[in-house]
Amino acid sequence: MASEAETRQVAASTRAGWLLSTPALVLLAFGAIGPLLIVVVYSFLLPGKYGNVEWGFSLDAWRGILFTRDIFDDTLVLADAHLSIFWRSVKLSTLTTLFTFAVGFPTAWFIATRPQKQRAFWLFLITIPFWTNLLIRTFAINEIIRSEGLLNTLLLWLGVIDRPLEIIYTDFAVFVGMTYVYLPLMVLPLFAAIDRFDMRLLEAGYDLYASRWQVLRRIILPIVKPGIIAGSILVFVPALGAYVTPRILGGGKQMMIGNFIELQFGQGRNWPLGASLSVTLLVIVTAALLVYVRFANRDREVNHG
Amino acid sequence: MADRGFSVSRLPGFTPTAMLVFVALYLPILMLVAFSFNAGKSVASFEGFTLQWFVKAWANDHVKDATLRSLVIAVVAASVATVVATAAALGTTRRKAFKGQTFIYVVINQPLMVPEIVTAVALLIFFAQIKVLTGYQGLGYLVTAHAAFCIPFAYLPIRARLEGMDLTLESAAADLYASPWQTFRFVTLPLLLPGMIAGFMLAFVTSLDDVVITLFVKSAGQDTLPTYMLGQIRRQITTEVYAISTVLLGLTVVLLTAFFLLTRKKD
Amino acid sequence: MTAATQSMIEARHTVKAFGQGDHIVRALDDVSITINKGEFFTLLGPSGCGKTTLLRLIAGFEMPTAGHILLDGVDITDLPPNRRPVNTVFQSYALFPHLTVAQNIGFGLEMQGRPRAEVAKTTAEMLALVKLEPMANRKTSQLSGGQQQRVALARALAPKPKVLLLDEPLSALDLKLRKEMQVELKRLQQETGITFVFVTHDQEEALTMSDRIGVMSAGKLQQVGSPKDIYTRPVNRFVASFIGETNFLPATPVAGGLQLGCGAVVEGLTTAKPSVTLTIRPEQIRITPADDAGAIPATVTSLVYFGTDTHCHMALSDGAEVVVRVQSPASGEAGVRTGDSVGLRFQPAAAQVLED
Ligand SMILES: Nc1ncnc2c1ncn2[C@@H]1O[C@H](COP(=O)(O)OP(=O)(O)OP(=O)(O)O)[C@@H](O)[C@H]1O
Ligand SMILES: [Mg+2]
Repeated sequence: MASEAETRQVAASTRAGWLLSTPALVLLAFGAIGPLLIVVVYSFLLPGKYGNVEWGFSLDAWRGILFTRDIFDDTLVLADAHLSIFWRSVKLSTLTTLFTFAVGFPTAWFIATRPQKQRAFWLFLITIPFWTNLLIRTFAINEIIRSEGLLNTLLLWLGVIDRPLEIIYTDFAVFVGMTYVYLPLMVLPLFAAIDRFDMRLLEAGYDLYASRWQVLRRIILPIVKPGIIAGSILVFVPALGAYVTPRILGGGKQMMIGNFIELQFGQGRNWPLGASLSVTLLVIVTAALLVYVRFANRDREVNHG
Repeated sequence: MADRGFSVSRLPGFTPTAMLVFVALYLPILMLVAFSFNAGKSVASFEGFTLQWFVKAWANDHVKDATLRSLVIAVVAASVATVVATAAALGTTRRKAFKGQTFIYVVINQPLMVPEIVTAVALLIFFAQIKVLTGYQGLGYLVTAHAAFCIPFAYLPIRARLEGMDLTLESAAADLYASPWQTFRFVTLPLLLPGMIAGFMLAFVTSLDDVVITLFVKSAGQDTLPTYMLGQIRRQITTEVYAISTVLLGLTVVLLTAFFLLTRKKD
Repeated sequence: MTAATQSMIEARHTVKAFGQGDHIVRALDDVSITINKGEFFTLLGPSGCGKTTLLRLIAGFEMPTAGHILLDGVDITDLPPNRRPVNTVFQSYALFPHLTVAQNIGFGLEMQGRPRAEVAKTTAEMLALVKLEPMANRKTSQLSGGQQQRVALARALAPKPKVLLLDEPLSALDLKLRKEMQVELKRLQQETGITFVFVTHDQEEALTMSDRIGVMSAGKLQQVGSPKDIYTRPVNRFVASFIGETNFLPATPVAGGLQLGCGAVVEGLTTAKPSVTLTIRPEQIRITPADDAGAIPATVTSLVYFGTDTHCHMALSDGAEVVVRVQSPASGEAGVRTGDSVGLRFQPAAAQVLED
């Protein structure tokens, strides 16, 4: 149907699209994606004695994720330590996502409903922690919750407790830390969604006899759902693979997957296991992303007929 | 406050929650800043104002070295990322959706979707092989890695700016005898500039903040400021580290403020 | 019309299709049109009929799926927009927000590589032409809608194009400004002598401003002619109903004329078809007393007051509805009342036979 000139125009546009994207794609191929494929290969190799790998096919690294070889009778047994690390990672990142949403939504709502002039200021206040080094923010929260930190000093002084609370180096410390560092990641997309929300819909809702709670449940949340999904992904993905926060606040004892992986490349000297763990983490995260995408798409279909 | 009107946008408990969140966000940071000025050796109590930790940090050659390296990597990586991201954004927006466009999006945003630790491991393995093959040990690895993961951060604001740009402006330029290059040079680029600056700044800060990937990719003696600070915490967090944190924090605030003011004026 | 009989733009069998497969839309379906040098030509049609598409083909923003476009006798079908001596006034104005008013106006000349002095001189002339001299160094965002409109016009006129394309340039303005700009546009066209191709879906605007009008519907050109032709001699039902209000009466040929459904015969009109539609404008019908022997008998069913006019809705004996427009008398009351029996008369020459 299309004329020659039209076809040529489309072909030229497509070619330009690819050509312009090529430098970025090449850089990403070398600096991000390509290496991921090598990780998959490594997960099927044997560990080298002093790190790195020995070339030889093996499924040990994959078995090693869940099982460990008994030193005495050489049978495979479930690796409890590994399981507890996975469980902790999933538990803490889920809790972090839920809690950041619980407090992030009111915050985003508060910012989005400020008068236009003040809005930029409040948004700025969220943006600063967002762009502040994660390490610094972890140091900061560490300063609050450690044994001789502000919290304990304050509580002791108030007489609420007579011995310092042992928060630091617990799961709870990691949860508090991750909530603290990832909160802006939840607030910003929520704000973006609420900001687009047409406040007149609320008037319509109240006009039709909805209570505040019903307005929230039936009007606001469904409409800002894309923002909720985006925020949840942005928090869940880095939380699941977190390394810095559990390292500092978990003190090396309360490991998460990220620290466990690092261990294999350090003292563990088991690169293939580190590789298989990395692939596993990647698969879990991708699965989570796909589930979210499905949710989002299904929603869109429902909303638009 | 005698607010007798029915405010449709008010939801019970939201404002107090938000206030608590802001306090909780800032209290720890401000504490940390305060302690970096603390005269006492211990970080347990405040014993008077001093600048000695800043002086000490600056006198430390490791710190100077790491600072310089961080800045070099961030500037180069952010520049490269901004340039390639601009090209990619021009290639992937505002033309008829073409085959492979989704693929390009996914690849570009991939660093945002893959946990940092996984990318770090992948790069460690990949670069280890290359180091063996070529013998090259320099900063190139860090710069490549940083530039790659900075791409999506540069790409997003640039693409947003492009998508917000009125396409008819370029039609208008072509209508007024501008060649494709002239259209880009005199219309698209000036209008895109705020987006590119924003992209550069985000990429710069992202590079400056990175810990995990740098930790895995760096060769011995290639500490950046964040990996240096993380290394210090192995023993005990020193006030010197707090002083460095305060400086970094100040830098972030200054950059962001400049950025906010800059973009505000433009619109 | 002056001596402008030579063609400036010629579209030959142009087809433009969007989409693929089942979703194909023929925005232009074999359109052939000739626009003369120096004329004010208007494209008129309902939303989605393909007016913008035709304009974009002339400007070069789209490539035709089939057919050719000639400018001043030269085939420009494959020329990119920046190489066509044609300028556009965009519906949204598309003023460059990062440039001042003067820089916007001089943009085309600069892109053509004209000397600095000439650019400055022409820009000044154009500013004067649209009466915007005091605004020369303002950013375009600091202008009102009407002023932006003038800048867009000046910018498009500055390179002295052979053809100026205007896509609903007035639709964003309020009624008063719109009337002013209609006059202004007409003046500019006459002063510059440039061929204007103007798109609108406002029929009144088309009738008052144009030398000739092309009426479009569903991607096809329905009729081209002077405003008077289009209004008084519509070639089909679509054109008749789209422009102005009109009555449609089914008729069949009989000896000496056409017979309406009610039995009355309109003399002097003929057709080769077995059945046709007669169209007659409401203002062409006169109301006569019920006892007028030669008139078509009718009953008043309702009266609608429009200020200067009153529309009298009538029913003929076969139930056909006819609207008659009469000037409201001083008392504000029409001469007839609902339920009255009256006679209707019109000149056969005022009626038009539609064979579609
Ligand atoms: N880029 C495009 N892709 C797909 N379809 C298009 C495109 N541009 C126009 N169309 C379709 O072509 C038809 C004609 O569109 P066009 O814009 O020419 O109408 P128009 O007469 O200018 O209408 P309006 O008065 O609303 O501006 C419409 O059905 C429109 O949906
Ligand atoms: Mg149109």
